[in-house]
Amino acid sequence: MATENKNLSTLLNPLSKDNPVIVQILGICSCLAVTAKLEPACVMGISVIAVLAFSNVIISLIRNTIPTNIRIIVQLVVVAGLVVIVNQLLIAYQYDVSKQLSVFVSLIVTNCILMGRLEAFAMGNKPWPSFLDGVGNGAGYAIILIIVAFFRELLGSGTLWGVQVIPQICYDHGYANNGLMILPPMALIVTGCIIWVHRSVNKDLQE
Amino acid sequence: MNKQSNVYTIIYIIVMVVVVGAALAFTALGLKSRQQENINADKMKQILASVHITPAKDSVTVDFDRYITRSLIVNSLGEELPGNAFDINTAEEAKKPVDQRALPVYECTLAPGDVKYIVPVNGAGLWGPIWGYVAIDSDGSTVYGAYFAHQGETPGLGAEIEKPAFSDQFEGKHMFKDDKFLPVAVMKAGQVPTNGEDYVDGISGGTITSKGVGSMIDNCIGAYSMFLKTLSENQTR
Repeated sequence: MATENKNLSTLLNPLSKDNPVIVQILGICSCLAVTAKLEPACVMGISVIAVLAFSNVIISLIRNTIPTNIRIIVQLVVVAGLVVIVNQLLIAYQYDVSKQLSVFVSLIVTNCILMGRLEAFAMGNKPWPSFLDGVGNGAGYAIILIIVAFFRELLGSGTLWGVQVIPQICYDHGYANNGLMILPPMALIVTGCIIWVHRSVNKDLQE
Repeated sequence: MNKQSNVYTIIYIIVMVVVVGAALAFTALGLKSRQQENINADKMKQILASVHITPAKDSVTVDFDRYITRSLIVNSLGEELPGNAFDINTAEEAKKPVDQRALPVYECTLAPGDVKYIVPVNGAGLWGPIWGYVAIDSDGSTVYGAYFAHQGETPGLGAEIEKPAFSDQFEGKHMFKDDKFLPVAVMKAGQVPTNGEDYVDGISGGTITSKGVGSMIDNCIGAYSMFLKTLSENQTR
């Protein structure tokens, strides 16, 4: 029972209290790059969940054999290998999606969350908790991506998932899309606002 | 066994590299034919997009064969060269000096007697390559349609070149003015080119990508100028 509770918190904590993006401030760079539209943000989130979960499991399986002085290299090789495989699979089976994400899939390799989780969790835990940790952190990252992308696409382009949601009548009365929203700085500001709201709700996170 | 010894570390890394390398090679080989099929189908789709044909997912090859009645390779003088036009790497060709390029042309027959000439264009945007296909009427000057794509331009900014809102602007523009080759220019919205050529509005916030489209058209369509000139002369005759 105790381990089940622990596993559950491993899975759920990263969603809010221990969120990799808004609490640990990791993975900000890709959060800026892929959040101008909702769709790429979602696919990116799913890809990160997959890569993070599997690399966590693999590293956790071989954690006792890795020589300490090259552990970072080993982690990188595993992540890079997985990302290449995911990319190849996307090209073969989901060509349109892979075209849309283009370089961002390969850039998962440089996502700080991955190295962070491998180093902090998978190196010291069994495969199953590591898998949950990977899914949890990936989902925590994906949620923030989706929230940021929601606001940026809505206010920046007036669309959601490519569908026009702000009615034409608003434009006729002088409403204009905010061009600044689709530029990277606004992603940072939106993320900042999310952190602000999150910390006012969770007072224990305030420093 | 001492896991911190140099021997162990070296053996470990060698084994790991071999295993990962094998896994990657296996995936790449196993998926290659599927990927190539996708890439070819995608290229056909892009070529057809320049003449406003959107084939269904399964009928890309069939539609391509139906509409593209002939494909040929020309050089910068407009002379026909032997070879398979579809297999030419146009991105590489666009970097060569004009007189050394092999230039593919796709003849697209929309209706009997209604032939469009589709030419590929390749260039560079802000972050990476951009490319496209421009369909030109049989007068060798009027643009019938255009399609642009990019690898990694900024979503919402430079990436907008792939939207019809941008590419449809090219329709009806002319590549020749008074028998002189003056390709369509891409200008900042509100500005007018000095030489009197036809122009379209660039993307605000995507200045470098827009400029890339402009110079891509200059560079790539420019290589076809003799070929297009011959077309227009044949037309008037």
